[in-house]
Amino acid sequence: MAEGVRPRVKAPKSASAGEVVVLKTLISHKMESGQRKDSDGNPIPRSIINRFTCEFGGEMVIDVTMEPAISTNPYFEFEATVPQAGEFVFTWYDDDGSVYEDKQAVSVA
Amino acid sequence: MDFTRRETLVIGGATAVAVALPMQAMASAVDDAINAFTGGAAVGDSGVTLDAPEIAENGNTVPIEVSAEGATAIMVLAAGNPTPGVATFNFGPLAGSQTAKTRIRLAGTQDVIAVAKMADGSFAKSQKNVKVTIGGCGG
Repeated sequence: MAEGVRPRVKAPKSASAGEVVVLKTLISHKMESGQRKDSDGNPIPRSIINRFTCEFGGEMVIDVTMEPAISTNPYFEFEATVPQAGEFVFTWYDDDGSVYEDKQAVSVA
Repeated sequence: MDFTRRETLVIGGATAVAVALPMQAMASAVDDAINAFTGGAAVGDSGVTLDAPEIAENGNTVPIEVSAEGATAIMVLAAGNPTPGVATFNFGPLAGSQTAKTRIRLAGTQDVIAVAKMADGSFAKSQKNVKVTIGGCGG
């Protein structure tokens, strides 16, 4: 597992039914592209997060396939519809098999 | 060693071909990626918006925004990177809009391309040139 990986999510705590809300996610990760070389000229092996998904109540909001050209500390901003009260589940999949997850409950007023 | 006028022309021509070849190789990598995504279908040029800065000071983190109403997926490519793929956004049933923002790496001044797959099976493309002051490939 890459070190110091910490997912952060900004989502509203409450929404009205059917409202479209903006979600912002950031995860600290070095996203080593595999293109760089160390001081001895040896290539540094690739180590990135290759997939990010956001689901709400088991239904997909967005599913992103990521390549090495995504910046360090991958950031995503997108919009989701909130049909009823529930929970957003954010999942990041690392090259090394690690899975990072964050959850954010939303109440419907 | 002396060159005749004719020999000089031949050498000059060969050099021009050698310089042009890598450019063609890059272009075909981009075309291959687009073909893999579209399955060889025709690609229109309206319906997808790609927002990127005209000049990016730091190629390590260039903010971009893609948007295509009615799209099921949007693929982003960077034509001048060592590998052109950047990301593919697949929108699910609960996506509030077919819009996404992220930050990408660009190795140098180049075209960024967005290809959207629409719900009706058609495809649309948009591209934008981004000037990069400091490249983002660690080289």
